[in-house]
Amino acid sequence: MTNVTMTINGKAVSGEVEGNTLLSSFLRDDQRLTGTHIGCDTSQCGACLVHVNGRAVKSCTMFAAEADGAEVATIEGQANADGSLNVIQQAFQDHHGLQCGFCTPGMVMTTAALLKDNPKPTEAEVRAYLEGNICRCTGYHNIVKAIMAASGQDVSAIAAE
Amino acid sequence: MPKDSGIGAATLRREDVRFLTGKGQYSDDINLFGQVAAVFARSTVANGKINSIDTTTAAAMPGVLAIFTGEDFAEVGGNPAGWLINSRDGTPMHEPKRPVLAHGKVRHVGDAYAAVIAETAEQAQNAVEAIEADIEELPAVVNMKDALSGSNFVHDEIGTNQCFDWGWIEDNRAATDAAIKGAHHVTTLELVNNRLVPNAMEPRCSMAQYNSATDEYVLHTTSQNPHLTRLLISAFVLGIPENKLTVIAPDVGGGFGSKIYHYGEEALVLAAAKKLGRPVKWTANRTEAFLTDAHGRDHVTKIELALDAEGNFLAFRTETMANVGAYLSNFSTATPTFLHGTLMAGNYTVPNVYVNVKAVFTNTAPVDAYRGAGRPEATYSLERVIDKAARELGMDPIALRRKNFVKPDQYPFASAAGLEYDSGNYDALMDKMEEVADLAGFAARRKESEAKGLLRGFGVNAYIEACGIAPSNLVGVLGSRVGLYDAATVRVNATGNLSVMVGAHSHGQGHETAFPQVVAEMLGIDASVIDIVHGDTSKIPFGMGTYGSRSLAVCGSAVVRATEKIINKAKKIAAHMLEASDADIELKEGVFSVAGTDRSVSFGEVALKAYIPHDFPLEDIEPGLEETAFYDPANFTYPSGAYCCEVELDPETGKVRVDRFAAVDDFGNVINPMIVTGQVHGGLGQGIGQALLENTTYDENGQLLSASYMDYTMPRADDLPFYAVDHSQGNPCTHNPLGVKGCGEAGAIGSPPTIVNAVIDAMQSGGKNVTHIDMPVTPHRVWSAMQNV
Repeated sequence: MTNVTMTINGKAVSGEVEGNTLLSSFLRDDQRLTGTHIGCDTSQCGACLVHVNGRAVKSCTMFAAEADGAEVATIEGQANADGSLNVIQQAFQDHHGLQCGFCTPGMVMTTAALLKDNPKPTEAEVRAYLEGNICRCTGYHNIVKAIMAASGQDVSAIAAE
Repeated sequence: MPKDSGIGAATLRREDVRFLTGKGQYSDDINLFGQVAAVFARSTVANGKINSIDTTTAAAMPGVLAIFTGEDFAEVGGNPAGWLINSRDGTPMHEPKRPVLAHGKVRHVGDAYAAVIAETAEQAQNAVEAIEADIEELPAVVNMKDALSGSNFVHDEIGTNQCFDWGWIEDNRAATDAAIKGAHHVTTLELVNNRLVPNAMEPRCSMAQYNSATDEYVLHTTSQNPHLTRLLISAFVLGIPENKLTVIAPDVGGGFGSKIYHYGEEALVLAAAKKLGRPVKWTANRTEAFLTDAHGRDHVTKIELALDAEGNFLAFRTETMANVGAYLSNFSTATPTFLHGTLMAGNYTVPNVYVNVKAVFTNTAPVDAYRGAGRPEATYSLERVIDKAARELGMDPIALRRKNFVKPDQYPFASAAGLEYDSGNYDALMDKMEEVADLAGFAARRKESEAKGLLRGFGVNAYIEACGIAPSNLVGVLGSRVGLYDAATVRVNATGNLSVMVGAHSHGQGHETAFPQVVAEMLGIDASVIDIVHGDTSKIPFGMGTYGSRSLAVCGSAVVRATEKIINKAKKIAAHMLEASDADIELKEGVFSVAGTDRSVSFGEVALKAYIPHDFPLEDIEPGLEETAFYDPANFTYPSGAYCCEVELDPETGKVRVDRFAAVDDFGNVINPMIVTGQVHGGLGQGIGQALLENTTYDENGQLLSASYMDYTMPRADDLPFYAVDHSQGNPCTHNPLGVKGCGEAGAIGSPPTIVNAVIDAMQSGGKNVTHIDMPVTPHRVWSAMQNV
């Protein structure tokens, strides 16, 4: 067992992990941050996506020990200080960008990473960036729309409701 | 003006807040004190004789608490088929036992033959790998044709791989044959409806607790219908009395059919929890999901369409082989029969229909209902053969469909496949589709594509489906072993807020938002004081769950009925408070008043009075304000639609891109247009995925080649376009109180033929006389087809 210390959503935490404990397991099982979801075994689905030192990382691809000393951000830390939804979360609600909610934490964290690098992405850029996040419910229409809206673009011309 | 609350309002979803902040509670997010883990030992061969299972080494490994094998469940019941189908000769279908754990033989890759319970999942996994199983590999039966002709049987005791040979409607057979024989023109098409894996993003998970002091069990599980799961476990598998078993399906991360069914893992964790006295949890990984979740579709069909010289449809005749896999899943016999054959008249006045379906056992995972369940298969066959006929006859594909549509003045319409359609207007849908899709601009867009060296194809489709899967009397006639109704309890609390317990289960459909809109509208109060309770058998009277686009049409109707009872009783209470007659009380905007006077009491005052009945006339009014209704409808509902799309095809690579997609649906009345539109989007994503990308492939030995997201092509955001969705052409359902029809599956039903028709059109426009291509329409298939003509 190894002791790891990291900052998660601004809070210093530490814990004992095995060498092969994944960051995703550490977050879910040790830290009880179950908003980070496990949807596959092959790092394809993106439901476990978090930020490590400001970069988007699928937390199933990283050992907890590798995150020792890192700043980790998860879905639980995304809301505004007063608990209200942040701009991205609010755009997902406003544009019905989620249904069952299982891929949603990964989608929100991916969006945050995208908009940091590319504040006004085109539709094609959004779709390309979502390559690593699978949603089975929405057909992506409203996710793409929500992301473009979160970036401050006018989405009223995009079809329907 | 769109409404801002109640029925018809695009109310934002209240459940989103917890999902967007990581506070959802999915089954695997729940951990209990003392919890241990189950991991399954699964067959690596498709067909094998279990000679011995030696667990000695595994049992001695660190953390191991118990090991179960098929022997431990030899005496308990099998997981049953929910529908009895009789063959054409009147004999009942073959129903092999589906045990909790494989016993004697393993029958598909992934078939579980043992389970280890250990302190941690890692310890259990290590012990699984130490189990010494002597499983003698036998030749596998994979291909349906081979299965029907050979003498290698998935279930030796049956002596055939044919589960049933079903005819619908057998009495129509001779007339259909005669109509085809004498027809001016017959179009024939052989096609494959490709096998799919539902792939809800949340893998299945089941966790059981047992209390020896009370002999009570609690099962948390990923289910679309917790009461049905409880019923199956209680009545058929483990025999736990229903009053001793609570089934909770908390937040569930998508279902699409795959979480309707009871699976052996649920029974295993219950038995293990009792044996060990500790909570036992199993969570599937994605590979297990691919290997063991019930798959969908997998039909091979020959369809014939007979026409007269004017293009009037005279008959449809089909022969289908439907794969049911190694065991019968709960709905697997209904899906290829009554959810498929009964729709084989489509939207058309065709006088003759005959459907033959042979269900076939193979050494593959069970196949059952997946979004659409039988109706996509029916629609695909019909709408592909109609398109082919139009091309053969040189007719416009839209005009040919319009010529044969059921007309608005023909309802109720008795279809040649045995259903009574209650309402619809297919021409109006087609008109709207032409407008929404800007059909007039197609020629110009085709020119633009051609200028880029690309081929542009246009595809169209009309569909009808039967959903709101219910009427007990009808499904009973059709072979269902359960009733299909739903239930709701409306509880008005003393302080004027409401809890509404519903038998439907929301796993993405937004019930927590939409159902309160209905109740709020009826009572004239704010929806924010109404909460929905679902997914817990201990809190809800009963319910048959969510599938077949039934939640609102069936359970929503139960909510209406229960709310009507609330209103009736509340009026009595109000009448007592106002010293008036019940008949004179009116409810408007949450206020009960005596008609024609200014005397009134608010809904909240009535609620409070119901629980503080100091001066109640107890002989007339009981205290409390809570009502339950069970609703069993008179008929299926019949959503219909007209879809079209344009694809761009690169003749150099065979790559097809969907450029535009328009879906115009008749869902009857719409409660929340935002949610309904989202449901259509999701269905389109899955249907386009089926048409272009997804395929489940077993090799000749029964090994699943597409068992991960590295191998099975899930639609990604850049595979799909924005969709134009319209549901302005609703004709209310005539037999349920909300006039709703159901919207969950339409997109997945209507889109596959639309895409394939467009791909054929694109190839034809490039001078390539390709008349059919099987799904998924991959670049390789398209390119090859274009080279070979």
